[in-house]
Amino acid sequence: MDDLDQLEAQSIYILREAYRKLKPLAMLWSLGKDSNVMVWLARKAFLGRVPFPVMHVDTGKKFPEMYRFRDEYTRKWELELLLGDCPPVEEIDPTLPPAARSAARKTAGLATMIEKYKLEGVIAGIRRDEQATRAKERVFSPRGSSHKWDVRNQPPEFWDQYATPHEEGVHIRVHPLLSWREIDIWRYIEREGIPLVDLYFSKNGKRYRSLGDQDITSPIESDASTVAEVITELQTTRTSERAGRAMDHESEDAFERLRVAGYL
Amino acid sequence: MSNDILRQDAATPIVIVGHVDHGKSTLIGRLLHDTDNLPEGRVAQIIESSRKRGLKVEWSFLLDSLQIERDQGVTVDSTRIPFLLGNRQFVIVDAPGHRQFLRNMITGAADAEAAVLVVDAAEGAQEQTRRHAMLLRLIGIRHVIVLMNKVDLLDYDEQKIAASEQAVAALLKQLDIEPSLFIPASAREGDNIASRSPQMAWYKGPTLTEALALVPSPAGRADLPLRLPVQDVYRFDSKRVVAGRIERGRVTVGDTLVIGTHGTTARVASIESWHTAPQISAVAGQSVAITLEPDVIPDRGDLLHRPEEAPIRTARIRSRLFWLRQEPLRVGESFRLRLATAEHQVTVASIDSVVRLDDLTEHASDHVPPEGFAEITLAASESILFDAFTPGTTDGRGVLVDRHQRIVGGAPLIGPADIASGTKAIHPTDSTVSLWDRAQARGHRGGVFWMTGLPGAGKSTIARAAESRLFGQKIDVSVLDGDTLRAGLCADLGFSEADRTENVRRAAAVARILAETGQVVLVALISPRAADRELARQVVGEGFHEIFVDADQATCEARDPKGLYQAARAGRITGFTGIDAPYDTPASPDLHLPTGTGSVGEVADRLAAYVADSVVLAEGTRRRS
Repeated sequence: MDDLDQLEAQSIYILREAYRKLKPLAMLWSLGKDSNVMVWLARKAFLGRVPFPVMHVDTGKKFPEMYRFRDEYTRKWELELLLGDCPPVEEIDPTLPPAARSAARKTAGLATMIEKYKLEGVIAGIRRDEQATRAKERVFSPRGSSHKWDVRNQPPEFWDQYATPHEEGVHIRVHPLLSWREIDIWRYIEREGIPLVDLYFSKNGKRYRSLGDQDITSPIESDASTVAEVITELQTTRTSERAGRAMDHESEDAFERLRVAGYL
Repeated sequence: MSNDILRQDAATPIVIVGHVDHGKSTLIGRLLHDTDNLPEGRVAQIIESSRKRGLKVEWSFLLDSLQIERDQGVTVDSTRIPFLLGNRQFVIVDAPGHRQFLRNMITGAADAEAAVLVVDAAEGAQEQTRRHAMLLRLIGIRHVIVLMNKVDLLDYDEQKIAASEQAVAALLKQLDIEPSLFIPASAREGDNIASRSPQMAWYKGPTLTEALALVPSPAGRADLPLRLPVQDVYRFDSKRVVAGRIERGRVTVGDTLVIGTHGTTARVASIESWHTAPQISAVAGQSVAITLEPDVIPDRGDLLHRPEEAPIRTARIRSRLFWLRQEPLRVGESFRLRLATAEHQVTVASIDSVVRLDDLTEHASDHVPPEGFAEITLAASESILFDAFTPGTTDGRGVLVDRHQRIVGGAPLIGPADIASGTKAIHPTDSTVSLWDRAQARGHRGGVFWMTGLPGAGKSTIARAAESRLFGQKIDVSVLDGDTLRAGLCADLGFSEADRTENVRRAAAVARILAETGQVVLVALISPRAADRELARQVVGEGFHEIFVDADQATCEARDPKGLYQAARAGRITGFTGIDAPYDTPASPDLHLPTGTGSVGEVADRLAAYVADSVVLAEGTRRRS
């Protein structure tokens, strides 16, 4: 087994644990590259189907290409899609910096969906190498009734034994891609032929490396117009993946505050 | 694109451990920086974070990504960061050094291939150095590199450094850890991290990066005997598939496999997959889905293996323990033992030894302290299949979970415990006479009425009186009492907590056998521990009733039918329940029988009525008139 086989096998194991232990369970589908890989891994784990709903928490500010992609692949992959809205930015904690406030809308939208569907498990496609606080995450990360991430008091997690919910109102965030790196995601996309929204590929010398809301995400300079070219580019790049995501850079702890409050 | 971009070896996880303030985070910052593994802008961020707090460049801020960590200058939780050295992928795991974050240290370290143990050369090994070294042994990390840090404080002096090394080597030797290397280094100055130190021309060994490159890749587990724990069973379309990860060995279509403890066998009919080339064989590490012929239905936790390669099978297990709960562990506590995908109810039958951390020696103790290490015996109500813990495999990786589903300890399983029926091949055969057949023939079901209470509360007396009443109603009934058991079946047992647990387990096992033949069994046993009675309930299963024979201690002591209270008061007996050993009052017994007032006859009538009510079949369902 090479490294991608091992990452794939581990993610399948995690998804099967989640499906067995957490009910009801849903997977977040942000339409980005990581969550497409995650849907693909679920189809591998469950032999061609996704036996739980996928959720799109819609900020209403995604790129039109993303909405088209969502509708096309919901049909092609036979997904059960749950849609949720986000509250207007005026309802969000005004002490957060502006872009983080915008991102926090998604946290609020997600919280509404978790309560609406009484979810015990939410599968999310975050990775450790994206952001330093995500590097401290657990594969199964319990969230209390206020959905807060109790970062000072995470449960032990070792030998593939994961936390299970122990009381009413606790849900578990499941992170099957935690050990994948950005370049692994792209190599797996290449190997498996996983479809992506074409914003990731260069047009007029620019492409998106990470996709968020239109108003707080910027493209990077790049000529990479195929998956293979993106991989080659990533082998030499020195900038971080989320450099184009404004919310990460407004203050030292902006991202941590978002995450503690329930952001992904 | 060239093939080598798509095909790479998996990353090797390396954990950095050591006492708080011996320089782990600084080492990692230095390592990432000197090997060019930091993204652009990260160094500038760190300089800014350091400046804001009035510090020089603080490399630990790279990993201490949480606000609390930077403000308080401590690592709270483990971080894992990918790290590239030449073409080889590593994951560097930064583990917290504070004792209170031990659970986070283990979370980070448990799957590492190798460890770098960082020791302040000037200060030498400290409490967490010993604790971490102990843990490396318990979680099975064999490849250990010792980094003697801060040697600039010893003026890079060869003799002083050698003396400090020897002390650490002696400590590790006690734990059977043979370090692959000692590297004299200064993480802050960069000596012997990614480049050779000009200050220590006398040192001819590898730098840290050279040493990491020499860490062996994980050994393959494909050639070991097959272990496939069932993770789940799906029914998709019309097909039933058994899902699980192959922990070791390989599965090939056509193989005959034994399924769990039942001993049923089935043939592997196919290996199912989606968007993958058809497979006829799969190896360790793969998450597979197989179909079986005949189409038997295994349970989650059943271990699939070849008939001639059976694992250990026992209900009493000797285990090491690293204890993570904030309160001590005591004998008699019950847990769920998670083992791969299986879960078993277990009780701590004895604490065999506890490690004293200041000198790493083993001692007898009646408890395991918070964050302590021990060897214990676990008693289960059913046979457990497992392989002894072996580094480099996933064998014997037990984890203890409390009733709130919290992970409270790691239990590397060593093997069967002494009194166990152990490795003897046992092949129970199911009776062809069903319980229902028996019940109909007799007019009543079997059942176990577990009578617990203080010595002198009247358990045996009432049991005998009720026995004669029930017999008069044509109910097949027998009494198992403590003294009878101890005279024969349990003659080898004393009154230690472990022996009391074993006494209860045997009584429960015999009662179960009798009940399965359709008998009503009245067990009269002090069974002072709630955990032991819970074990009895587990052993017996359906048809277990807890009866609390309740008289206060003064009454019991006044009765003292066997003169035992008098002997205990005189100090001639120790460990006597009610005098110098505790009695856990049943919280919610199925029947509460106060015996302080009323005659023996009245109490026995109540018990007999309760028993008859529980076991006698309604008119019309009986075959016998």
